[in-house]
Amino acid sequence: MNDVRRLKILVADDTDTDRLILESIVRKEGHHVVSACNGLEAIQVYSAEKPDIVLLDALMPELDGFGAARKIKELAGDELVPIIFLTSLSDTESLVQCLDAGGDDFLSKPYNRIILQAKIKSFNRMREMHSTMLTQRNQIVQYNNRLLQEQTVAKHVFDNVAHSGCLNASNVRYFLSSLAVFNGDVLVAAMRPNGSMMVLLGDFTGHGLPAAIGAMPLASTFYGMVPKGFSMTDILREINGKLKNILPVGIFCCATMMDINFRKKRLKIWNGGLPDCFIHHHQDGNITPVKSTHLPLGVLSNRAFKDNCEYFELQKEDRIFVWSDGIHEARNAEGDMFGEERLKEVFNRNQNPEHLFNEIIEGVQQFVGSGEKDDDLSLLEIRMDEPARVNSFAQEASHKFANSEIEWLMGFEVKPTSFKVFDPLPMLLNVLMEVPSLRAFSSTLYTILAELYTNALEHGVLKLDSDLKKTPEGFSDYYELREQRINQVTEGFVRIRISHKTNDSGGLLKVRIEDSGEGFDHQQRTTDNLSSFGYSGRGIALVEKLCGTVTYIGCGNIVEVDFSWVNDD
Amino acid sequence: MEHLDYETLNTLKQVMEDDFALLIDTFVQDSTDRIATLRKVIQGSDADLIRRAAHSFKGSSSNVGALQLSALCAALEKKAFENNLDGLVADLDSIEQEFAQVLNLLRSFS
Repeated sequence: MNDVRRLKILVADDTDTDRLILESIVRKEGHHVVSACNGLEAIQVYSAEKPDIVLLDALMPELDGFGAARKIKELAGDELVPIIFLTSLSDTESLVQCLDAGGDDFLSKPYNRIILQAKIKSFNRMREMHSTMLTQRNQIVQYNNRLLQEQTVAKHVFDNVAHSGCLNASNVRYFLSSLAVFNGDVLVAAMRPNGSMMVLLGDFTGHGLPAAIGAMPLASTFYGMVPKGFSMTDILREINGKLKNILPVGIFCCATMMDINFRKKRLKIWNGGLPDCFIHHHQDGNITPVKSTHLPLGVLSNRAFKDNCEYFELQKEDRIFVWSDGIHEARNAEGDMFGEERLKEVFNRNQNPEHLFNEIIEGVQQFVGSGEKDDDLSLLEIRMDEPARVNSFAQEASHKFANSEIEWLMGFEVKPTSFKVFDPLPMLLNVLMEVPSLRAFSSTLYTILAELYTNALEHGVLKLDSDLKKTPEGFSDYYELREQRINQVTEGFVRIRISHKTNDSGGLLKVRIEDSGEGFDHQQRTTDNLSSFGYSGRGIALVEKLCGTVTYIGCGNIVEVDFSWVNDD
Repeated sequence: MEHLDYETLNTLKQVMEDDFALLIDTFVQDSTDRIATLRKVIQGSDADLIRRAAHSFKGSSSNVGALQLSALCAALEKKAFENNLDGLVADLDSIEQEFAQVLNLLRSFS
């Protein structure tokens, strides 16, 4: 026998001689033969023996070959059972009838052994290919089912991390559509402690799992930081840095982030890579587009990242529309894109702003028609409203912040034994950084505290003369003397008092530092001539620049500065 | 036309080996039955029955290389198909004579 393995072959023929000949030929080829004398018997033998290939005479009593072929194909189901018709019919119509009945080929009488052998070989090859295909198809189905199951679990986790936050507020409407279980778009929203709402719409390059992976750290960072009162720029930086670290080159997140203050009717917005957002003005129906002025999140290192935002004063009922490029790039059956012009047309035609949101969705869906949706389509509308009408959180926070101010004071004294070993600045700065709004000013505050404390310690407690520093030799003498005295000091103090009070537009931080020294004649100090001033002039000039004024009190051993800051949220 | 195609017969003999005699016996028995069947159906006027009987006989005789017999059956099949039922008795007589010839030649072949 050759390369064809031993097959089981059914021979069905009512003519005894023909069947005898065929049986002998097939057996000679090394195959196992089962026989039938008519169509009905052929079906019975097929069911009992499950042969690999069927040779079927066309004309037989009881049930002819055509009927038997149909039944056998039906019984075979997915399996490929090649049926070869045996026929002395030679007209085209009869041969076509053989194939129509489900026959795969025919063999004319008188039988030719070589041809039959070739046909058996060729159909066995086809049968094996078909069986491989079935196995692989089943594997794919199985694999696909497992994938879907895994995605369902993963999506559950994902939805818990990237939950919709406060998107259920009464002034928010949103639409997210997705091609797969996962969405390349991410929409998160949360309330800040001050009652303003922070929202971020992001569109990751690609969709499915790779896109969803980036959405997880984005959402967890967002939901971790917003309720703690971090500013939008801090949060943007944190997310950008995380995505830059995590995501491979080429995967990034186009995003728009907004801080909407309902009490002050202000919008702070940052757009990196998303299409222009629209601010729809209720009064005149005009639109102010907010262009992307930044690169997407996860592209630049935090050093190069730009976090400057735009600010808009809004009126009640003004609406902000933010979208991913899925709307602009939605294609119709002809392959045209929806585009910004059509989007603007929706706004132009609008009669009632309340319906704008639905009109945009409908506009895109009608345009796409039966065309294929080839991107994620996301739309977000936020309406400016009174805090009380947004949600209960905004209402409460609004009461709290509008009617009361936060005020505190702390005193801190450094004792003589600590001067040489203890630097109070990091600790004080740490306390200040607990105030969210002050975080943005950390380096300024450090400069102010450092200059004032150094002056109090060196000139007040250690009584060093700043005139020494006027010459280069004096400079090193000064630090030698400083080293000596700080090791010997046994009495004296530096008292630091910091008070903070917020107001509607920001806050005021007062720093007062008193030392145990003799002070100096501060009356002689003129603001326009700092060099004539007895103390080391440059440090105080810097503090003065940062705080507006530096006030000396008493004999000059007490200094006070006011640092007032404006909240840009 | 030859009565027998010996090339076909030789191939068959090779293929069938010990069963060749059985094949010939079967053919003889089968053909005798078919001629009897034909004899019966040409009495009636069912052209399709005649056509089918002639068709089967054509197939089995061609398989053993009985060329002339197969051709005569084919002619009868064609007549029945065209619903031409004239002279069928004479046609069947020729078939029977040819079968007798084939029978003699087959006996001497094996």
